[in-house]
Amino acid sequence: MNLFLDAIGEGVQALASGGVDVWEVVATSLRVSGAAVAVALVLGVPAGLYLGMRRGAARNVFLVLANAGMGLPPVVVGLVVAMLLSRRGPLGSLGLLYTRPAMVIAQAVIAMPVVAAVTATAVASVPVELRLQARSLGASRWHEAVLVLKEARMGVVAAVAAGFGAVISEVGAVMMVGGNLEGSTRVMTTAIVQYTRMGRYGPALALSAVLLALVVAVNAVLARVQRSAERFERS
Amino acid sequence: MSAVLEAQGIRKSYRRREVLAVDRLALEAGRTVALLGPSGAGKSTLLAVLGLLERPDAGRIVFDGREVSAGDRKARLQIAAAFQRPWLFKGTVGENVGYGLALRGLPTADWRCRVAEALERVGLGGWEDRSALALSGGEAQRVALARALAVRPRVLLLDEPLASLDPVVKLRLAQDFARLLHEDGMTVLWVTHDHDEAALVADDVAVMREGRIVASGPADDVFLVPGDPWAAGFLGLEAPVAGVVAEVEEGVARIVCEGVDLFAVAPVEPGARVRLGVRPEDVVLFEAGANVPASSARNRLACVVRELEPAGVTFRAILECAGVRIAARVSRAAARELRLAPGAEVLAVFKATAVRVAEEPSSHEGASG
Repeated sequence: MNLFLDAIGEGVQALASGGVDVWEVVATSLRVSGAAVAVALVLGVPAGLYLGMRRGAARNVFLVLANAGMGLPPVVVGLVVAMLLSRRGPLGSLGLLYTRPAMVIAQAVIAMPVVAAVTATAVASVPVELRLQARSLGASRWHEAVLVLKEARMGVVAAVAAGFGAVISEVGAVMMVGGNLEGSTRVMTTAIVQYTRMGRYGPALALSAVLLALVVAVNAVLARVQRSAERFERS
Repeated sequence: MSAVLEAQGIRKSYRRREVLAVDRLALEAGRTVALLGPSGAGKSTLLAVLGLLERPDAGRIVFDGREVSAGDRKARLQIAAAFQRPWLFKGTVGENVGYGLALRGLPTADWRCRVAEALERVGLGGWEDRSALALSGGEAQRVALARALAVRPRVLLLDEPLASLDPVVKLRLAQDFARLLHEDGMTVLWVTHDHDEAALVADDVAVMREGRIVASGPADDVFLVPGDPWAAGFLGLEAPVAGVVAEVEEGVARIVCEGVDLFAVAPVEPGARVRLGVRPEDVVLFEAGANVPASSARNRLACVVRELEPAGVTFRAILECAGVRIAARVSRAAARELRLAPGAEVLAVFKATAVRVAEEPSSHEGASG
């Protein structure tokens, strides 16, 4: 038990004093994963909207791909992005490997199918009659899509949370394309791996606590949004 | 001709099965057409085609004398619809009622004004800020109507708007809606499978069966003397009686039908071939040979009861007199008192004004089945 007690003590001290670069690592994590989710949203929500609203063979194929993409192993994404960005790779001239933008790209690739698939499910649950009703009041295709997105907004919030959850706790891809460079590409998960290897359980435990707290906080916000919106939900 | 919206030669098939074959349906300005028919007759599909929500395989939709299609948003903006379920959007009642107005880019001040006015019209004044999804069925349907009325459409399409409501709310809403649409002089297509609802709201009636319109015309004519035997059965009538006008005296025509003389108040000429019908609820039954005092009820037929079937809280008796068959609606108490049963003899009495007369078209007789 002494091991745990000592580690917790060290961890609390690390968080309180700021002596170790704990908060900097947390900030990097939030920046990288936040940017990745933003990119995933921009691409994934329209894709999900298309998949949820359309009927047909092409849509079914894309839906299978999006669902399969939810289980995309981060290390595979990391490998492919690393190869693309490597000096000999097709995008090597950009010099992005082992930078934050590379991490954002990899995490966006991981989050995109999650955002698209969750959005598609929410959008598909909006009754087609509701769209017909909107059209009968003069809605164009564009108005119809906006309405459907509004109706499915809880699903979009869930998509954001799911996407963020998938990337903030992901370690394989960021390690491979970011390189865990101290002060620039070190994020919570890679730092935890690093400290653990070094036997410095205190800072590792402190970062783990922050990571857990973040995941809980994201879900708490989600629950709050859902509760406050329930008044206007279909039963 | 003052048809605002007209369907011509509409054909539509789903998976090679023809669901619509309508030669003509016209909505005249300021009138309400009830489109009646059983489930699956194609009523809702016809409504969707007329509302430019679905494209027909063939045929034309003419709006204000101009051919239009589903892609014609300008025409679509002048038509509004409400469906069996109210399909309210998430948000407040006010946002729902204002949805169509927002699509039309109305300034906020006008928008608020029109929303308030529309809610006032349907009896929900001041309900703007309530949640649209916490309403009762009747309230939600009122909001749906307000939402359609708010855009001040030229044509309003209502697809079974009251079908999912309980009978008490339904009757009140039917009365309210009919009064409102009448006051507004709105051109309306009201789809329903309920005759009583149709009778309450409609100026004109069209009866659909298997994608076709089998009877249409002014409500009184269709409800009393539908030209089509199936439509008669669907409307709870016996098939119309055919006859020839023998003489007309002071507006009362004596019409000879299958060996029986019937009297009717109708603008017909002697010699005209006509079709007659009597609503079952206009026929009063007495014991055979009863001494019924003289009254305005000119028609007194000694009949034999052929069938007696329960119809909700009343009985429906099918009576025969020589070659004429009519139906009568009888209360349970009256049926007991008269000892009604198949084979029993009764005296059927009804007024000359209760007999509805339609002239047979003089040409093409016997041309169709």
